[in-house]
Amino acid sequence: MLQNQNAFQSSTREPVLAVEDLVVRFATARGAVHAVDGVSLALAAGETLGLVGESGCGKSTLGRAILRLIEPSQGHIRLDGTDVTHHSRSALRATRRKVQMVFQDPFASLDPRWTVGELIAEPLHIHGIGTRAARKAKVADILAKVGLPPEAARRYPHQFSGGQRQRIGIARALVLDPEVVVLDEPVSALDVSVQAQILNLLVDLQETLGVAFLFISHDLSVVEYVSDRVAVMYLGRMVEIADRETLFAAPAHPYTRALLDAVPQIGGDGAPRRPPLAGDLPSPYAPPPGCRFHTRCPTAQARCGSDIPVLRTLTGGHQVACHFPLATVPETA
Amino acid sequence: MSEPVLQVRRLNVGFASRGRVTPAVRDLSFSVKAGETLAIVGESGSGKSLTAFALLGLVPPPGVVSGEAIALEGRNLIGLPEKRLREVRGARIAMIFQEPMTALNPVLTIGEQIMEVILEHERVSPRAAKARALELLAQVRIPDAERRFHDYPHRLSGGMRQRVVIAMALACAPAVLVADEPTTALDVTIQAQILDLIDTLKREHGTAVVLITHDLGVVAEHADRVLVLYAGRKVEERAARDLFAAPLHPYTRGLIAARPRLGGRGAVRARLTEIPGTVPGLAAMPDGCAFAPRCPVAEAACTLALPPLVPAGTGSVACLRVGDIHAAEPERLSVVHA
Amino acid sequence: MSLITLAAPTPHAAPRSGFLWRLLRRPSGVVGLLLLAAIIAVAASAPLLYPDDPLDMVAQPFLWPGQDAAYPLGTDMMGRDIASGIFHGARVSLLIGAVAASVSLLIGTATGALAGYYGGRTDAALMRVTELFQTIPPFLFALAIVAILQPSIPTITLAIGITAWPSLARLVRAEVLKLRNGELVQASIALGAGDLRIIVLHILPNTLAPIIVSASILVASAILTESSLAFLGLGDPNVVSWGGMVGAGREVLRTDWYIATLPGLAIVVAVLALNLLGDGLNDALDPKGERRA
Repeated sequence: MLQNQNAFQSSTREPVLAVEDLVVRFATARGAVHAVDGVSLALAAGETLGLVGESGCGKSTLGRAILRLIEPSQGHIRLDGTDVTHHSRSALRATRRKVQMVFQDPFASLDPRWTVGELIAEPLHIHGIGTRAARKAKVADILAKVGLPPEAARRYPHQFSGGQRQRIGIARALVLDPEVVVLDEPVSALDVSVQAQILNLLVDLQETLGVAFLFISHDLSVVEYVSDRVAVMYLGRMVEIADRETLFAAPAHPYTRALLDAVPQIGGDGAPRRPPLAGDLPSPYAPPPGCRFHTRCPTAQARCGSDIPVLRTLTGGHQVACHFPLATVPETA
Repeated sequence: MSEPVLQVRRLNVGFASRGRVTPAVRDLSFSVKAGETLAIVGESGSGKSLTAFALLGLVPPPGVVSGEAIALEGRNLIGLPEKRLREVRGARIAMIFQEPMTALNPVLTIGEQIMEVILEHERVSPRAAKARALELLAQVRIPDAERRFHDYPHRLSGGMRQRVVIAMALACAPAVLVADEPTTALDVTIQAQILDLIDTLKREHGTAVVLITHDLGVVAEHADRVLVLYAGRKVEERAARDLFAAPLHPYTRGLIAARPRLGGRGAVRARLTEIPGTVPGLAAMPDGCAFAPRCPVAEAACTLALPPLVPAGTGSVACLRVGDIHAAEPERLSVVHA
Repeated sequence: MSLITLAAPTPHAAPRSGFLWRLLRRPSGVVGLLLLAAIIAVAASAPLLYPDDPLDMVAQPFLWPGQDAAYPLGTDMMGRDIASGIFHGARVSLLIGAVAASVSLLIGTATGALAGYYGGRTDAALMRVTELFQTIPPFLFALAIVAILQPSIPTITLAIGITAWPSLARLVRAEVLKLRNGELVQASIALGAGDLRIIVLHILPNTLAPIIVSASILVASAILTESSLAFLGLGDPNVVSWGGMVGAGREVLRTDWYIATLPGLAIVVAVLALNLLGDGLNDALDPKGERRA
């Protein structure tokens, strides 16, 4: 399959995680929804792939499907080359050590009745790792790594602020030394001043631990800051993947361009922006035919309404799914 | 046009419990002129939403509002009986909310809800009210208004709902529109549409807008003046252009520096400037400047007494060290944004 | 790495440690707890104060309370000591109430937890069974079971236990369903935790509050059901029970009303105590109250 080969080529190293043509279908009362519709991506060891898109684009569903928290309907998920798409739950438990997740809401994902030490040691318990003393040492070690004092282990989640709770969530995800961590909007619930702390922490941790991040967010500035490569989704489909500099300086897909234009910025000179995208996101129950973006696209042409654009490579790992990609000459900003 | 339509003087909002009032907004004064957008910026716990609710007399118990005045077109709203407040609310001062669904009644059509606001405040026939409602729907750029008039809120997208709430808020052409995080729940492309719409309507009707937000990007693009709240107090208020060109208060500077900037990252990743620690809780407010424990330039004096608001350029700032900062790094102030 | 100071520590170190304190700060909790303690004391002291069989005739019949100091609450139409009956009856009521509630708790929690956690067909099947039980009035159902099996303490307890669980099952299911789709459980699955671990360690402890509150109400209603059965003559004939005493006194209600009223009062106090306790527990276990406290 052409698409998959492209996904592999885009990363120079052997991918630790490869998603191939993944489809997640939900049967609902209002009909079937293709929340993720044939998405492929690859994540190399130690890199950060940012995954952006607006609500309903399927980015969170994709993240959860990679962890098999939601069962994919079609396609493959490979970890270190092993296809885990159809692993039984018991076989999956072993692979779960390699892929971990950090959730958006640090209030909801931590059991309020457990101490922080117990919460962080739980993954070690589940996988039968280490003696009691070794686990204790590991908990102390990971607490230090995420910037929490050792006495935090004896306290309960409600005694911490939002930012500190997110540190606990990160510690829990990292205590098993995973190869991949899926971060689902990890800083969206936090105040700006605390966001910076967590973003710096994530960058530091990746440098010391060499873990790969799939960083899911709706916030383009945050994604630009943390990512090596960036993937953009729209209504269940991948529309563009490129390395960070290319994507932010010279996006090829009109949707990516529009997303970037819509971000309100400090330091604008007051010059009028390009007008915002018109119209609403179409209903995921009845996505438009052809290119799903054509109903809102400022440069759409007749064939966009009928032919589905395939993800194709422009230059050096820059892939776009558009019949009429924008000129990829970097703009001078 | 130069007379402010809304003047808030020494506003205090607190929470009463067991005979004591814990202050959440303290000694807050500001004013907004017709056709002007004042942004109130702050993080969670800054008291910005509470201020918005206080402006409309909507602070729920155990909240307590006191102070000198919330003067709307010369009339003080503090202490006004509920019945009189209701005449003002929706007619002279209106509000839009973060989550539009909470402001809409799920069992009434959007047309009925807009008509209701008009009929509540004005002696007009239902027929005239309906005509106005349709006109308002068109004004907030709802396509196919005639048909949408009969839709229930759940049939609309988040962006469309927020447009309906804006139409309701503007139904009686209020002098002041309070927008409490109006786009936080919306996608970024829809956010741009809604903020542009508010700007356009403001220009057309000369409405004064109080925009409550945590997003400095939104402020930079849509506000004329900016008021920065920290732990319930105003720490800086300036013309937006001046504030972003040269933020004076260490907290304002921290907020701007903590935010990754789109297109701002080169090949090498510079660390984001952190503001260490977290916002103090209401019950554990430090003496002196509330920001002192997190401030990179705080000195002993900052923890002793509350820094007074002093005039600074186009506004004022409350920081004892502001003069020293100016002297120490003049170049930093000028290159905050190229 | 930035230095982080811990958030202002809250007065109680653990969420659970302050629980008794919170319960005792509420009038309903205090009164309920005191009354229940009194009833337990009465039940515990029965064999010491009244070592003889309370069904024995000990004095002349129809002694009014206060008439004879040896029988402070008087005697009934068969000359049995009413005080002795109430003391021994407390044992029966508490025993049946506690065991029947435990049976309900076990069935209801297991059914609700499995249905809520697994969803789909498991849920549909279990809820169908629950509905089946709910369509039959629990008292009539218990009555029928006891009538068929012959009244004895075990059969009465069982009958009450297996008819009272459906509402609890629905409550637990709703709570579990809420948690099942939340990030708490998703996070546990992502860590590789098995179903049993998730249900026992994360879900049930977080649904404990409504379960405990229902438990106190279940005990109260079990006591009431047992009394009703005994009143109708379907109590265990070999033991004294409050309901049975009321039933026996019914015939002489016009003349010697104290015979039915005194054990009736005991029932009222017991049920009231448990309901007050449930009320107090509800407030004390409310996590929002926890934060406020």
